Amino acid sequence: MEEKNEFVREVAEKKYQYGFTTDVQTEVIDKGLSEDVVRLISQKKGEPDWLLEFRLKAFRYWQTLEAPTWGHLKMPEIDYQDISYYADPTKKSPLGGKEGAIDPELMKTFDKLGIPLEERLALSGTAVDAVMDSVSVKTTFREKLKEKGIIFCSISEAVKEHPELVREYLGSVVPYRDNFFAALNSAVFSDGSFVYIPKGVRCPMELSTYFRINARGTGQFERTLIVCDDDAYVSYLEGCTAPMRDENQLHAAIVEIVVKENAEVKYSTVQNWYPGDSEGKGGVLNLVTKRGHLRGRNSRLSWTQVETGSAITWKYPSCVLSGEGSQAEFYSVAVTNNYQQADTGTKMIHIGKNTKSTIISKGISAGKSQNAYRGLVKVAKTADNARNYSSCDSLLLGSKCGAHTFPYMDVHNNTAVVEHEATTSKISEDQLFYCNQRGINTEEAVSLIVNGYAKEVINKLPMEFAVEAQKLLGVSLEGSVG
Amino acid sequence: MAEDTRQYTDFYAQAGKLICERSCEVMNAPRAEALRTFSALGFPTKKVERYKYTDVAEDFAPDYGIALTPLEVKNLPYCHRISEAPVDVTPYYNKLADRQDAVVALNTMLSVDALVIYVPRNTKVEHPIQISNVLKGEQDTMVNRRILIILEQCAEADIVITDKAVDQMHFLSNQVVEVFAGDGSHLNLYEVEETHLLCTRYSSVFVQQGRDSHVHHTSFTLFNGHTRNRMDVSLKGEGSGVILNGCVIADKTQHVDNNTLIDHQVGCCQSNELYKYVLDDSSVGAFAGRILVREGAQKTISNETNANLCATSSARMYTQPMLEIYADDVKCSHGSTVGQMNDEALFYMRQRGISEQEARLLLKSAFITEVIETIPLEALRDRLHVLVDKRLRGELSKCEGCKLCK
Repeated sequence: MEEKNEFVREVAEKKYQYGFTTDVQTEVIDKGLSEDVVRLISQKKGEPDWLLEFRLKAFRYWQTLEAPTWGHLKMPEIDYQDISYYADPTKKSPLGGKEGAIDPELMKTFDKLGIPLEERLALSGTAVDAVMDSVSVKTTFREKLKEKGIIFCSISEAVKEHPELVREYLGSVVPYRDNFFAALNSAVFSDGSFVYIPKGVRCPMELSTYFRINARGTGQFERTLIVCDDDAYVSYLEGCTAPMRDENQLHAAIVEIVVKENAEVKYSTVQNWYPGDSEGKGGVLNLVTKRGHLRGRNSRLSWTQVETGSAITWKYPSCVLSGEGSQAEFYSVAVTNNYQQADTGTKMIHIGKNTKSTIISKGISAGKSQNAYRGLVKVAKTADNARNYSSCDSLLLGSKCGAHTFPYMDVHNNTAVVEHEATTSKISEDQLFYCNQRGINTEEAVSLIVNGYAKEVINKLPMEFAVEAQKLLGVSLEGSVG
Repeated sequence: MAEDTRQYTDFYAQAGKLICERSCEVMNAPRAEALRTFSALGFPTKKVERYKYTDVAEDFAPDYGIALTPLEVKNLPYCHRISEAPVDVTPYYNKLADRQDAVVALNTMLSVDALVIYVPRNTKVEHPIQISNVLKGEQDTMVNRRILIILEQCAEADIVITDKAVDQMHFLSNQVVEVFAGDGSHLNLYEVEETHLLCTRYSSVFVQQGRDSHVHHTSFTLFNGHTRNRMDVSLKGEGSGVILNGCVIADKTQHVDNNTLIDHQVGCCQSNELYKYVLDDSSVGAFAGRILVREGAQKTISNETNANLCATSSARMYTQPMLEIYADDVKCSHGSTVGQMNDEALFYMRQRGISEQEARLLLKSAFITEVIETIPLEALRDRLHVLVDKRLRGELSKCEGCKLCK
């Protein structure tokens, strides 16, 4: 029995190549959540009073809430007192090392993850903010971006250096009263990225944040805020991994995006948190609130996500289209295998006239996983000529998995056109047979077909990410055929 | 206990004995349990997923007189009062209905009589059976209707249920229909509602299908006040098929909520669903269709379509087509649209001298025709074409003066 388990672990480990831990001295505060903990986090980060007040309001509100149960998920009971809410791996060297120097262990970790923090090694054209546990380790290319007036730094730094901007926009898209996990995040959020693109600036490189959970018994509560001023453009990427543990680690993030007149934001995610082992033990609980507010005329926002990791995904990147003529897009591929569960989708709230939204969602379920699309398209009375097109396809690999679609459409305007279509099926036998005939084995054939199926979404990703995502699709489905 | 349910529990406390006396054993047996469920649950709030779009408590809040008159069924083939049913109905009555639904429980609690349509083995009912529900009364009235349809092996029947209201009073009808379609049976069940703005209708239809059975249900809401139709189908035998169609024409302040569930419990079954809404003025339409394919229900083919036409800016439509699938060898799809009339088509007709009003009418009528054309019963099809045309011209809002009320 022991031997068999060992074998299973080996196979599982092979598949999740980011499952290592970094041995670095990490300052972790005691487990538990109370007002004192909220104050302590705020104090550690040296925050101004208004932010502490914001956190405390959120915390008090959170205490009045109960965790939502409407998702199509079997959620393990989360003990919020059994989590440490702050872990800092960037301990300062007691011998007074060079100011701003990074522990070489951390550098190595990010190198191993393919995210070199030294600018000369980095992929050309990508600036990275690397966040481990609760702290941003380093943000590259800051100087270069500064020349154009672009602010790209961790949110903790932004609070200190640009308090007026943070104060104006923080919580303006996702208020702390939004939902249970948003309230929790607002109370204890640690680090994340802050991006400000000034008027008329086209960001010359891709901005990206890499999130890594490392410390045991902690959760990650990052907060990202992107503000794209009039006529500006930015493309932002997000990646994430975590070590393999048999405990569930909580990740409750908030992403807020403000898009002003004629501005455009592209937000891409490749989510590869540790999904748990093949028996459903461990894995990250990914409970995220992401929302963009298209405030200006003709503003554009596009969400692209490739979701392959996490034991549980509860995530609905949404768009509020209040600017006249604004356009929003949502492209998603969600892959679940083994015992993974995903309940993901989007919300498109049309408020302004002539607004347009597109939803393309592709779900792939294998093993014993459950994969649900849940989406809302709401057309308010004011949204004349609003247009929405949604298409949700699900692919089933295996007879024990489930694929579900729960679209909601609320239309309050007669000039709106809202369309939704969804299909669910398995991989066509004919296609498999065709591949087999040509000497492609079944596993490869499935991967080929799945890649073709997801192409519509993957094509929307920036190139380096697209290659990564394609590989990831193949790996995630390994062992699901046969 | 919630305040809104009190008038009904109080009424039952007073009249319970009378109800039991007028009724029969098989109907009295589940009353106590129904009362418990009803008191415990209260009316479903909008937080209950299946009642998300309808305010039940508000619909049941007015003070209605509750009708407790038994049925009179005279010499109608296959139709019986429950106390005179030719078979033992104990294994059927209240066995299919959702006992955890407060609205159904209220019906179980207050129904005095039930109509049983029983078609024995290998029998084909030659002529369609029509059940006319006519709402008449000098005061605001609530009626609790109960229908039990039993089709034995290889039986065939067409049943038409119509709802009409004669008097301009507030009426609330709460109907529960249970359908047992045996192996190889064929049932066409049509429901046509043409009442008036003061009428509220709650209908809960539960269907269970055996092997190779076929059920075709069509529901027409031509005129009403508030309507909420629940339709649950469980496909329990392989090779069975179900078609659920519906069409809604609503204007003024009408509210129509159709909520369906098709439960594929075994493999090799087919389901098809088509619902169409035409919404005018300040009417509100809601459609929620859930298709559940259980583990092991392989080779399922299922199709769901919901198309809606909003003609004014104050009409609202909520739609929610859902697929919940736990088997891999299936072909399931759903589509849903909310839109308006095609400008090009309107322009084309205007060019040819058709007035705008007439052109709009033609388009609406064509939109609805897709549902009517699926009806196999020719006479009903013709009748519905006439009714829909009249309805769209606004001529149906008053009572037609059929034989019954003259």
